[in-house]
Amino acid sequence: MKTLNYRVILLAFALIFGIVFSIPSLTQSEQGKKIILGLDLQGGLHMLLGIKSEVAIDSKIKSMGATVKYIFDDEEIIFDDLRINDDQTITFELLDTDDVLKVKALLTKEIEGTTFSEKGLKFVVAMTEEEKIRTEKNAIAQAVDTIRNRLNEFGLAEPTVAKQGEDKILVEVPGIKTQEDKERLKKLIERAAHLQLMAVDEDRIARVATMSDAEAKSFGNVILADVNTPEKYLLRAIPVLDGSMLTDAKVGFDEQNQPLINFTLNGQGAKIFGDFTGKYVGKRMAVVLDNKVYSAPVINERIGGGRVQISGRFEFSEAQDLAIALRSGALLAPVVIESERFIGPSLGADSIQASSLALLLGFILVVIFMVLYYGFAGVIANVALIGNLFLILAIMSLAGATLTLPGMAGIVLTVGMAVDANVIINERIRELLHQGKSIAKSIEDGYNNAFTAIFDANVTTLIAAIVLVVYGTGAIKGFAITMGIGIVASMLTAIVGTHGLFQWLLPKMDKKKLNFWFGIKTEGAK
Amino acid sequence: MEIFKYKKPLSLMEKSKRFGIFSIVLLLLSLGLILTKGFNLGVDFAGGTLIQVKYEGAAPIQKVREAISVDKTYEGASVTRFGGDDEIVIKTKTSSQVLGEDVGKKMNSLLKNTGTFEVRRVDMIGAKVGSELREKGLMAMLLAIIGILMYVSFRFEWRFAIASVLALVHDVTIAMGMIVLFSVEVNLDILAALLTILGYSLNDTIIVFDRIREGIRTIKDPDLGKIIDESVTRTLSRTTLTSLTTFFVVLTLFVFGGEIIHGFAFTLLVGVVVGTYSSIFVASPVLMWLGFSVSDYRLKEAEKLKRQKEKDKMRAQYENGTL
Repeated sequence: MKTLNYRVILLAFALIFGIVFSIPSLTQSEQGKKIILGLDLQGGLHMLLGIKSEVAIDSKIKSMGATVKYIFDDEEIIFDDLRINDDQTITFELLDTDDVLKVKALLTKEIEGTTFSEKGLKFVVAMTEEEKIRTEKNAIAQAVDTIRNRLNEFGLAEPTVAKQGEDKILVEVPGIKTQEDKERLKKLIERAAHLQLMAVDEDRIARVATMSDAEAKSFGNVILADVNTPEKYLLRAIPVLDGSMLTDAKVGFDEQNQPLINFTLNGQGAKIFGDFTGKYVGKRMAVVLDNKVYSAPVINERIGGGRVQISGRFEFSEAQDLAIALRSGALLAPVVIESERFIGPSLGADSIQASSLALLLGFILVVIFMVLYYGFAGVIANVALIGNLFLILAIMSLAGATLTLPGMAGIVLTVGMAVDANVIINERIRELLHQGKSIAKSIEDGYNNAFTAIFDANVTTLIAAIVLVVYGTGAIKGFAITMGIGIVASMLTAIVGTHGLFQWLLPKMDKKKLNFWFGIKTEGAK
Repeated sequence: MEIFKYKKPLSLMEKSKRFGIFSIVLLLLSLGLILTKGFNLGVDFAGGTLIQVKYEGAAPIQKVREAISVDKTYEGASVTRFGGDDEIVIKTKTSSQVLGEDVGKKMNSLLKNTGTFEVRRVDMIGAKVGSELREKGLMAMLLAIIGILMYVSFRFEWRFAIASVLALVHDVTIAMGMIVLFSVEVNLDILAALLTILGYSLNDTIIVFDRIREGIRTIKDPDLGKIIDESVTRTLSRTTLTSLTTFFVVLTLFVFGGEIIHGFAFTLLVGVVVGTYSSIFVASPVLMWLGFSVSDYRLKEAEKLKRQKEKDKMRAQYENGTL
């Protein structure tokens, strides 16, 4: 038999590969690909956000209503009583029967995603179900992008923002150390950042204290409160312009060195703003953010250039976060935190320590047991086991996989199960040796006999692991990933690798020293 | 070293009825516990809020209880020690998302007069998320079982598949019974542990079945009971040794792995013991009770072989140009 065979070479490669690529993770060096520690090990904030998609649908309906008005004005169609109803429909009434056909054609052509019904001159326009679903999906996608932008601008290391399932957003931010950082971050994420510039209804504002919301609505107005004081404002419901026309937002300071936010409008926004301020001299305009009035200065003269300020007695950090939120845009629909997990850094460190200790102890126990029980065959199995551990680390490092606490448990468990293959093989070899077969024959037949059992057992466990990776979330996924990698790696190290080592060492094996090599005393031929 | 030296097959199948009754009793007890006492669902599945606080020095539990009772949202909250003396866990059924307030912040202000402390962990799970996780977990388990059934049917025979799945349902149910008995809090990690038991129990069963499959081919006696006895005895050393190594490893996790991993390790400990028992005493008898016939199986295998041979022959003839 050849002394060096392809199996040993393969094992050697696997060992070198495993050691080389797990070094960056083990030494925590700057270079090279590393295993990412899960939030439970390094500390951080994990959140699952839901989204109020009905708000997105509402605003979509509103903009459809605006489009209807715009088109009809453009086409000189006379209409009345255009309103947006609570059941998410738009209704209006035409005044001229000759317009009915034209309106039907316009609605079909110009406004996508709607169906309409008419009764004489009365029209009801509703969104189609598909359009609603599309709007919801769009709101989620937009929220994911917006939140990601905000976190990136905040300057945090490797935040994860991803859609999860149909209607959830997963946000993971590692390295949050203090309570203050956490709160600040949550505010930044939750903030709708919906900026509006609205005209104050100077004619009726004197009565605001006694006016009900319904009454305000009947005048086409809305009542909003000041952000810092209980003062109320009566504002025109249709804003002059909103945050979508904003190009930049920066933190600046006023004469008293108070932080404020300067923002710049795009060309169209600047024109609208200029026209409006020109027309409204002497009256007040409110800067409204997330339905709170931040300031309502009197317009002294026409303001060109599209530069506007928000002042609101900000803390510096608050102003900074607000500028970030404004720059990265408003959320189409508000988000709600449905679940939150926060792990402090010290707890993560404790977990690493405890599970590493368990891993080390378990590993030592198994290694000692194998040598005691199987003699040199146990040493061979241990080489494979060490190779297996390094391979798991290397593959996880290269794939940039995340190691979680259950993942650590998965590795510990793999240590227990990876030796199983070698236990099966060694038992088979012993059986054949007891029957008086030669060492070479016993090894070859032992591997052949053991193979189907190990293979079938591993495949079934792998099936379970794959289902867990696909269906599991967070902790379970981490556990299944390490277990799956462990199983595949053990096929290479524990079956192929140890076989090679046996073949390589075969010429040195002596039938008189079966106790040393295989840990058994046999009477030779039985 | 050698502990299990094969001398002659144990007569296990003769006693299989006794093990069967033992298993059924255990199963019924477990089911009874699950149905009457029920799972102690943690925040992951039930929804709610969990706050882990570590004090410098011993945690003043009574003071903490008084301090948080001031706040209405923490009415009925439980305060318990967690691991060592200095750490506590506060749990409520409400998830504070309703309040829209940061839990950590609230705790910092509520507990400010109870000593020097650090909020180390906050888990706040909305009820909706909890039930979604529960559904997903059950789904994962079901899918895994179906996948395994299909694979084992393909590699062995359908009766093997049913027997292995019954054995694993047996193991998982008893493990669940123990979880209920010891009031282990069921969170995602326990689900992971149960799924591991599923994989582990199967691993064990498959290895015994593989030996039975081999025995059917090599042992002349067509009596399934004898074949099973022989095969189980032959794999006994492997089954026990692997179980022992795994048991020790899980035991180190249980003892040294820290409080967070305690429930997980406990579930696995139970699983390893039950899994080993079932692969020896449950899976194989079920195979027998399902009416598996050795001679039929041999006939089928022989036919398969014959067909394969004919195919090969045809192909050879075709390649030689004689067909």
